[in-house]
Amino acid sequence: MNEIAVKCDGLVKTFEDTGALRRLNLLVRKGEIMALIGPSGCGKTTLLRLITGVIPPDSGSISIGGDLVAGPGLVVPPEMRRVGMVFQNYALFPHLSVAANVAYGLQGPGRDDDVRAMLQLVRLSEHANRMPNELSGGEQQRVALARALGPQPDVLLLDEPFSNLDSEQRVQVRNEVRAILRMSGTTAIFVTHYQEEALFMGDRVAVQSQGKIEQVGTPDDVFGNPATRFVAAFMGETDFLPGEVQPEGVKTEIGMLQTNNEVRIGTHVDVAVRADDVHITPDPSSNAIVLTREFRGMVNVYRVRLPSGRFVHSLQRHTMQIAPATPVRVVMDPGHPLTCFPGTTP
Amino acid sequence: MARRYSGRVISRIGSWWVSGSGILWVAGSLVAIALLIPVVYLLLRALGAGDAAWEELISVRTARILGRTIWLAFSVTLCCGFLAVPLAWLTVRSDLPMRRMWAVLTPLPLVVPSYVGAYLMISVLGPRGLLQHWLEPLGVQRLPDIYGFPGAFLVLTMLSYPYVLLSTRAALLRMNPAMEEAARNLGSGPWGTFWRVILPQLRPSLVAGGLLVTLYVLRDFGAVSLMRYSTFTRAIFLQYQSSFDRTMAAILALVLVLIAMTILAVDVRTRGRASYHGGDVGSVGSAVTVRLGLWRWPSFCFCFAVVTLALVMPAGVLFLWLVRGISAGVDLSSLWVSALNSLLTSGAAAGLALVAAIPVAVLSVRYVGRASSILERVSYAAFALPGMVVALALVFFGANYARPLYQTMALLLFGYVILFLPEVVGALRASLLQLSPSLEHAARTLGRGPLDVFRTITLPITWPGMAAGVVLVFLTAMKELPVTLILSPLGFRTLSTSVWSAVSEAFFARAAAPALLLIILSSLPMAMLVMRERERIYE
Repeated sequence: MNEIAVKCDGLVKTFEDTGALRRLNLLVRKGEIMALIGPSGCGKTTLLRLITGVIPPDSGSISIGGDLVAGPGLVVPPEMRRVGMVFQNYALFPHLSVAANVAYGLQGPGRDDDVRAMLQLVRLSEHANRMPNELSGGEQQRVALARALGPQPDVLLLDEPFSNLDSEQRVQVRNEVRAILRMSGTTAIFVTHYQEEALFMGDRVAVQSQGKIEQVGTPDDVFGNPATRFVAAFMGETDFLPGEVQPEGVKTEIGMLQTNNEVRIGTHVDVAVRADDVHITPDPSSNAIVLTREFRGMVNVYRVRLPSGRFVHSLQRHTMQIAPATPVRVVMDPGHPLTCFPGTTP
Repeated sequence: MARRYSGRVISRIGSWWVSGSGILWVAGSLVAIALLIPVVYLLLRALGAGDAAWEELISVRTARILGRTIWLAFSVTLCCGFLAVPLAWLTVRSDLPMRRMWAVLTPLPLVVPSYVGAYLMISVLGPRGLLQHWLEPLGVQRLPDIYGFPGAFLVLTMLSYPYVLLSTRAALLRMNPAMEEAARNLGSGPWGTFWRVILPQLRPSLVAGGLLVTLYVLRDFGAVSLMRYSTFTRAIFLQYQSSFDRTMAAILALVLVLIAMTILAVDVRTRGRASYHGGDVGSVGSAVTVRLGLWRWPSFCFCFAVVTLALVMPAGVLFLWLVRGISAGVDLSSLWVSALNSLLTSGAAAGLALVAAIPVAVLSVRYVGRASSILERVSYAAFALPGMVVALALVFFGANYARPLYQTMALLLFGYVILFLPEVVGALRASLLQLSPSLEHAARTLGRGPLDVFRTITLPITWPGMAAGVVLVFLTAMKELPVTLILSPLGFRTLSTSVWSAVSEAFFARAAAPALLLIILSSLPMAMLVMRERERIYE
């Protein structure tokens, strides 16, 4: 289980506009689903293009299944890499039937059987003779998956595969896709810019920013112990509260907070505070005031102005309704140590 | 794990070839060099002439030619605009009587080659022409002289206004009717709306269509020659025919290319800015038809007059000459030889142009970068090469550097390829751009090599667009005149040179049959275009 499926070592790719890579390192273990998440323009798609081999890196190397496929003086063309890919727009061949699309990457005498098996895996056997434009978005998605899995690639890349589906379909399709990947034991790199999707799909999550991987870890780890300020901000609705480290915790304007970082006493830090850790109750004597209420259905998110003029967000059940301009008492109730980062304000 | 690639480690250079881009770059560079031959040759000639060249360049003669060319291009373009905007608006937006018929008929003059248009005009309005013949019993001995500016202006305007008409009409159809409705809601009357909302939005397409007309006039050889109005193309031809001094012709050709390049550059710039997004949001509703009221029948007469002059009269005259020719027993056997020659050379030219265009188009669409954009620009700049210039440069080039090619079919085909390559590249680019690169990328990740991917994915999906481009070139090559006239081997006759020589010697009846064939052939792509547009208007 700990065999390396994909190894990217110091990848550099320069572009004039966005999407450049700056000495990016990434290890993907065999059989795992690696969710790769980052804001648009951070170079996620560039990384996928380098791994498939349609563009060469400026420097650095890539190994797939232990074989070097790109490195100094060496570029193996895409068709020899055993890398499968599911595209954002599915990239189904419009002039070929569903079966012919799946058969495109297969060879040899067992080809027809393989096509049948793949279509069965994605539950599209009865659509074998349809043309791609006669299928729904979710079905096209599954054809693309079957086609990419057919040649049994060493690694499967999925480039924001659910972004063309509506939100209802998305939840269903991603469950299916995850099950199929598990069933076939496929190593996968799954690219997304939705944190929820990354946390759900990935055995591990890699957070990418500005051409580098900021943090790799289990979903819980990346969410709970963000390694950098960027990861903390990107993976959750996070406010940063300045405070001073004291023996019993970090002293902030909303009280003493416990953090899991070992920082010298007297240092100024910013504590990452998530909306679900912030509790508010109406209190006429408080100097903190609710500014707005954002109703999201099951929950309300309140924007609260603290006495210092800073803002924190608080997530409350939908039954708890507080009108804007109400003074509230802000209480931290995380139930877990928080993460802090070197302070930006003295 | 075993190294799958050991023993076949592929170097960067190796992969460059394996990925197929190496072959493409070599082929593309060869095409670019071929395209540059005419201009480079003319430049060398002009520079080699030293002081004589400068004297020629600033001579009164050159200035006169320049003046005539610009004056003709300017007045034809302006007049085309004045004809086309009302025609476009009337056929798209108004309750003009028999609107559909006018919509179909008004762009049709585009199919008439300029020398055929000139021939028909001369045979009616010229000395000893039909009109004079008919008027003689009434005592009219002389008609106003058709030759020179009036004839050239009239013919070229009548044949090229459809360029402006089509681009304006397309823009009117694309325009979001909501904008007009908004203008009306804000209190602007129908005229105010036209001037303040519609016309400003039409400006980019009006300019684009106008520049096409200007380029058409600059490149035209047939009409100006038959009308004996010495613009650059005719002056070059006369110079080439009458003397062995090539410097003069080369310099005139260079000046012409320079002007055409300028027009093309303006065109590229306006196209770049011409993206007035109007149709993106809520364009589903169709525009309201404007009631013309009292203007209905005057508008009808306007359309009637234009179509009569540009279409009905030429067609009638052509028919008349055809009947006269047949009843006089004109020998039609040479017609079939010319037709066959035209078919073969045009077919070969279209095929060769396709082969040459593929690497340029693929590189410019799929390998975006500085080198490929230079390649694309060179091929696009060839639009500015008038046929006369290509012909002249190649005939000199052949005589001096490629003697075995001189006066052969190969040189003629080479000329065609240079002349028509931009069109094919344009068609290929358009169809390649519609193909998402992720399809090719997907095919590569499924284990297929680049040539295999081109064969199984790119070609099957893009061939309709490519085929349309090739057919278009085929039909354009059929009616091409100056290159055919100058580069054809001795005694080789095509439909276009048959018309030309018959008309030059005033054998009007003899020119009718090949002219009719040419018109029919060039109507085919036009018919497709009009049908497609009609579907869009009336669906």
